[in-house]
Amino acid sequence: MKKKIALLLTMAMSLSLLAGCGGKEDKGSVYYLNFKPEADAAWQELAKTYTEQTGVEVKVVTAASGTYTETLTAEMGKSSAPTLFQCGNAQGLETWGDYCLDLRNTPFYNEMTTDEFNLKGENGEVLAVGYCYEAFGLITNTELLAKAGYTLADITDFASLKAVVEDITARSAELGFSAFTSAGLDGSSSWRFSGHLANMPLYYEFRDDNVTSQPATITGAYLDYYKNIWDLYINNATCAPSELAAKTGDEAEAEFGNGQAVFYQNGTWEYTNLTTTFGMNPDNLAMIPIYCGVDGEAASALCCGTENCWAVNKKASEADVQATLDFMKWVVSSDEGTTMMAEQFGPIPFNSAKESENVFFTDANQYIADGNYVVTWAFNHTPNVDAWRATVVSALLQYSANGGSWDDVETAFVKGWESQYAAEHN
Amino acid sequence: MKKTKKKPDAAALNSVLVRRPIQRMAPIFVLPTFFAFIIGFLYPFVKGIYLSFCTFTTPRDAEFIGFGNYIKAFQDASFLHAFWYTALFAIVSIVTINVLAFFIAYILTQEIFGANLFRTVFFMPNLIGGIVLGYIWSMIFDGILRYYDTYLLAKTSYGFWGLLILMCWQQIGYMMIIYIAGIQGIPEDMLEAAKIDGATKWQTLWKVTIPNLMPSITICVFLTLTNSFKLFDQNLALTGGMPVAFQPDGTIINTTEMLALNIYKTFYTGAGTRGIAQAKTVLFFILVAILALAQLRATRSKEVQQ
Repeated sequence: MKKKIALLLTMAMSLSLLAGCGGKEDKGSVYYLNFKPEADAAWQELAKTYTEQTGVEVKVVTAASGTYTETLTAEMGKSSAPTLFQCGNAQGLETWGDYCLDLRNTPFYNEMTTDEFNLKGENGEVLAVGYCYEAFGLITNTELLAKAGYTLADITDFASLKAVVEDITARSAELGFSAFTSAGLDGSSSWRFSGHLANMPLYYEFRDDNVTSQPATITGAYLDYYKNIWDLYINNATCAPSELAAKTGDEAEAEFGNGQAVFYQNGTWEYTNLTTTFGMNPDNLAMIPIYCGVDGEAASALCCGTENCWAVNKKASEADVQATLDFMKWVVSSDEGTTMMAEQFGPIPFNSAKESENVFFTDANQYIADGNYVVTWAFNHTPNVDAWRATVVSALLQYSANGGSWDDVETAFVKGWESQYAAEHN
Repeated sequence: MKKTKKKPDAAALNSVLVRRPIQRMAPIFVLPTFFAFIIGFLYPFVKGIYLSFCTFTTPRDAEFIGFGNYIKAFQDASFLHAFWYTALFAIVSIVTINVLAFFIAYILTQEIFGANLFRTVFFMPNLIGGIVLGYIWSMIFDGILRYYDTYLLAKTSYGFWGLLILMCWQQIGYMMIIYIAGIQGIPEDMLEAAKIDGATKWQTLWKVTIPNLMPSITICVFLTLTNSFKLFDQNLALTGGMPVAFQPDGTIINTTEMLALNIYKTFYTGAGTRGIAQAKTVLFFILVAILALAQLRATRSKEVQQ
C-alpha cells in the first residue's frame, strides 16, 4: 500500500515538474549572467519588474568580483546556460565568439544610436553590443588647480600640462598638495596604467596603421609618449617611485578625495565615489584628456569606449533567445529600464536614453561636441589581457622602482604582445 | 518475548544472526557516499581525461583531436619551467618545514612553561586561507623590502624565499601537532631503558625517538610533498607568477609560477588553450601520484614495529 502511495506521489511530482517546464517553453526565459557586482541589486529589481509586467521569467546571476570568466565557463557548460552574457574585448570574442548571436537587425539593435562600441566578427556580424560607455582621462580637482594659480584653460597639450605639473611639484611643500596621486602598481591600481594609460600609444599606433581588429604584432611606435606621461606621473606624485609596488588603487583614490593631489587618472565610474564617499563638490571636478606629447593632441577628446558588451547565447533555445532579445529591448527603451541604466551606467547609446548627472560625461560630451577626436579604447584588442598587462606592470615596476631600463618596458609591450597573441591563438 | 540484555561479545558480533541484518542494510550506508564519489570524483576524473584529448570552450562542445594537446603541453617552455620550479620548491620546503616542525615539537614536548599555549599559537596560522595569507605576506614583504629600495616582485629569488617563508609559517604548526602526537606515543620504558643504558640525549634522539617517529615522518613528508606540488592560492596571491622572463624565442615565462597556477593560467588564455590546460592537468596528476606513492614506499620501509 505504502509503496503504491509513494509511487503515485512521485508520478504526480514529476508531472508537475513537466508541467512547469511546459509553461516555461512557451514564453522562453532569460538568464543574465551579470558582470558588475555593484549593479546586482538594481538588476534583480529590474528583472522582477519585467517578470511582473510580462510574466517572462528573468534570472539574474552575478559573478563574484574578478571571477567572471570562471563563472561564465562553468555556467555555459550547463544545460540551462546563460542566454545573455558579457563579452567585452577581443579575448572574450576569441573564446566565446562561437556562442554569440549576430545581433544585426534585431529590434533591440535598431534602438542603438551608434555602432562605435560594438564588437564585430570577421564578416561584419555584430557579436556583442556596447550597452553603455565610459570615459577616462585625468580627473582634475579644479579648486586645487586654482589654488596653484592655474585654470583648466592653461592645460591644452603635454607641454603645458608638464609646465603646470612641475610648477606644482616645485611648490608642493608650500601648497600642501602634489600634482598627481600615487601611480600605484599594486594589482588594484596597475590596470590604470597597463590598461588605460597604455591605450594612448596603442590608439595612436592603430590609428596610423588603420588597425580595426586584433593585430598579431605591434610596433610600439608611440611608446616614447607613453614614457613621457609615465615619467611625469611618477616624478610628480604623492609618493616616491620606489614605493609604487605596494601602492593600491584605494590609496590613490583617497589621496585625490582628500585633496592631496590635483590630478588623478581614472574614469567616469569614479564619480559616485568621489562625490559621495569623499563628499567632493561636483563643481570642482573635471576630466581632461591624457596629454602625452603626440602631434595634434590638443584636438583630442577623452578616451571613450566600453568593455561592457552584451552577447546573446545563440546555442540557447529559440524561445529563450527571443525572450532575451525582448528583454534587452525593454531594458533600453522602457522607462524603468532607462532610469536604472542612467543611474547605474550613465549615458547609454540608445534612442530613449535618460540624462545622467555625472559631470565627467558632460565633459566627455563637450569635447566631442567641440569637434575633438575621440580616443577609442584600443586596448580592447589586447591578447591574453591579464598576462600581457602583468608583463607590462612587471617591467614598469623594474623601470620605476628598481633602476630598470625603459627598453624592458618596450620589450614587454611589443614582444609581450606577440607572445601573448601566439599563446591565445594556440 | 523475553527481553534479555547481554553484553555483546566478539562471538555474538560475528554471529550470522547479527551480521545478516547489517549486511542487508549495507547499501543504505554505502550507496549515498558511493554515488557522491562517482558524481563528484570518478565522473569528473574520467571526463577530465577525455577532455585532455579534445579542443573545447565548455565541456558540452568538446571535439576530439587526439594527442595534440599533450604535444603542445610538452613544447610549452613555461610548463617545464613551472615543473622544475615546483620541484625545487618542494624539496626545499619539505626539508625546512619538517626539520623546523620536528624541532619545535621536540622542544614543546619537553617540560617547559606554557607549552600548551605555544602549541596553540604555532597551530593558528594553519586556520587562515591561502589567498588571505598571500596578500598579507606580500604587504609584509613589501613593507620590509622598501627599506632596501626594492620590492617582492623585483627578483625571482625574492618570490621563491617569500613563498617558502609563507608556507613554513602556515604549515609548521600543523606538522608540529603530528610530531607531538608521535613523540608522546613513544613508550616511556624505551626512553627509560636508553637512559639506564647511559645513552646521551643526542643518541636517544637518533636511536630511539626518530626511528619510533617514522610513521609521523611518513605522514608529514607526504603532506608537505603533496601540498607543495598542488600549491595554488598562496602562489597566486603572493606573486601571481611575477616577475617575467623573455625567452630567446619570444615566449614568456612567469618565473615564480608553479604547476597549478601555470595550468590555471593556460586554461583561461583563449579558446584553443583549454584542452592544453586539461592535458597538463592529467600529466600533473600522474606526476603527483607517482611521487606520492614512491615517497610512501620509501619512508614506510623505515618504519619500526613497537
